[in-house]
Amino acid sequence: MSKQAKHWEKTRGLLFVTLAIWFVFSIGIFFFGAEMEASSFRPLGYPLSYYMTCQGSLGIFVILIFWFANRQEKIDEEFGYTEREDD
Amino acid sequence: MTKMIKGKFIDNLPKIYGIYTGGFLAFIILMSIAESAGMSAKLIGIFFVAFTVGIYALIGYLSRTLQLDAYYVAGRQVPTVFNGMATAADWMSGASFVAMAGGIYFKGYGYMALLVGWTGGYVLVASLLAPYLRKFGCYTVPDFIGTRYGGNLARVSAVIVLTVASFTYVTAQINATGTIASVALDIPFGIAVYIGLASILICSMLGGMRAVTWTQVAQYIVLIIAYLIPVFWISNKMGAGFFPHFMLADEVARIAELESQFGLGTVKNSAADLATVPKGLAGITKAHSSVNATPWAFISLAVCMMAGTASLPHVMMRYFTTPSVKSARRSVGWSLFFIFLLYSSAPMLATLSKLSLMDPNLATGIIGKSISEVQALDWYQNWNQANLMFVSDFNGNGTLDLNEFFMGGKAVVLATPEIAGLPYVISGLVAAGGMAAAMSTADGLVLAIANALSHDLYYKIIDPKAETAKRLIVARVLLFIIGFAGASIAALEIQGILGSVIWAFDFAMSGLFFPLVLGVWWKRANAQGAVAGMLLGLISGTAYLIWVRNGGAGFWGVTQLTFGIVGSLVSLVSMVVVSLMTKAPDAATQRMVDEVRIPSGRTVLGKQH
Repeated sequence: MSKQAKHWEKTRGLLFVTLAIWFVFSIGIFFFGAEMEASSFRPLGYPLSYYMTCQGSLGIFVILIFWFANRQEKIDEEFGYTEREDD
Repeated sequence: MTKMIKGKFIDNLPKIYGIYTGGFLAFIILMSIAESAGMSAKLIGIFFVAFTVGIYALIGYLSRTLQLDAYYVAGRQVPTVFNGMATAADWMSGASFVAMAGGIYFKGYGYMALLVGWTGGYVLVASLLAPYLRKFGCYTVPDFIGTRYGGNLARVSAVIVLTVASFTYVTAQINATGTIASVALDIPFGIAVYIGLASILICSMLGGMRAVTWTQVAQYIVLIIAYLIPVFWISNKMGAGFFPHFMLADEVARIAELESQFGLGTVKNSAADLATVPKGLAGITKAHSSVNATPWAFISLAVCMMAGTASLPHVMMRYFTTPSVKSARRSVGWSLFFIFLLYSSAPMLATLSKLSLMDPNLATGIIGKSISEVQALDWYQNWNQANLMFVSDFNGNGTLDLNEFFMGGKAVVLATPEIAGLPYVISGLVAAGGMAAAMSTADGLVLAIANALSHDLYYKIIDPKAETAKRLIVARVLLFIIGFAGASIAALEIQGILGSVIWAFDFAMSGLFFPLVLGVWWKRANAQGAVAGMLLGLISGTAYLIWVRNGGAGFWGVTQLTFGIVGSLVSLVSMVVVSLMTKAPDAATQRMVDEVRIPSGRTVLGKQH
């Protein structure tokens, strides 16, 4: 397999992990709105369903994007595809 | 020489915007001193709007340019964090600023799907699209479609989808600038719309993307200050908590308690009673925090907003302006962070606003008070006159019940500071913030449409030999025409602000989501498939919308707010089927896709093209 094919395979792998986490917090948990509301786990005292829509999922997305960017930069570095400063 | 000054400007950004922020805070303090010295509320409002808009116009003028890459992509030198701020301003519209807290206030959990969708979409932007389109080096979104798939038909189809989606959106934004300008400057709406348009054009016409970038950063600073100060102030004044985001659990629980005490949902107003309520006002009919939507209703709306986010050209083109692929990727994270600051505050504002009106233990509470007492309140009279508040003693018991109080969605942001007893200077600040939010989004949208028409339609198809000077004149003339057309439609006041915003997402998702994503992630996708995907997606989505609007039953629980689901599914299926039935893209195109997938090396399209 060529260097570029390997790079793309890793990039795709990272995409799937990122989208899986994204799916859980943007779609998956909202199948269980009523269960979240009834849950005794109450972050900062808010009902879990309320908390996830106000801050929880939103904050996780912010962290997820930075985590994804870091991982992708490592992959690019590994295969020598990092941009030069003067590009 | 100019090069040196430009380099210096970019290096000094933190200092320049630091001074600007300090200056703005000093202006707020100055205004509050003026207020206590007896300056009238009207004059304060005028000062706030005129001062901030004047600064944006100055930035727009200073950023004027005669270069193509500066006009179209801000010279590709906008630093990561500043591009994040500009994108946040570009993104957060008058609707986010003025109407979001109101939507949460009235609709609760079901509405929060919009917050989840409008933030979750950025994960798709970062992982599927932004870095690859940056590497491509395009000026506009149709530029990517046209070059990747080849052929004028693909390019024109992309221009059509972009124009439909963005134009739907921009009328709502110009409408919002008009609403705020008419309230703050106390002039009729029909005139205020054109004053709003003039300010929008001053910011974008001379400097294109470069001017819009630097005004958007300035507008973000104003709008976030204007949103956060009232939230923190009210929370502290009410004794609800020093840091509302982490401390309002008791208040949320208290609202639920009051809802059952006041019989939320048990007393229904008769149709005859409701007919006396002014149009556009609503009562509290839904629980504040409990789950009040089915999983599918919630998820389908969130999915549409996410896919729409990743397809709206005015957001995507912000990531064409960063210096590198790496910074484009990180910049998406910063954008979402800056958006998060406002979005996570909106539910807190809705909570504080609702509790301050509902709780009889608070001095501001009105539910349970006598009707005549409420009608005598200064702030009630003001907002009743502005047609944003209404009370009526339906059952004739002399006291105000929960089902007898009505309010407009905008009032949550606009009136809460006054209800909570904050000085008028805060209301002026909020008006300036709303103006900044609506202007920055309108700027981005008008520019996205005009650039697509001038670059993709005029230069790439009609007159490929046009010289730089001519191209820039055409771009500016189109900017003016688009803005004017948007303002003329806004002046007719056809739809509400929020409805048309949601439609824009569905249009963009129907026509552009899969052609964009598959352009990077599926080498086999070809021009015929992409054209079929864009046009059939847009047509089927639009047809579904028209059908449901005219009383059609719909299917799968897809409403007029989520018609993008139908459109994008048709788009995906037709794109894949048509691509597989026709010839695979040639070797050169395949190499181009390979090239896009790695960050290093030259962009596919040249610096000036």
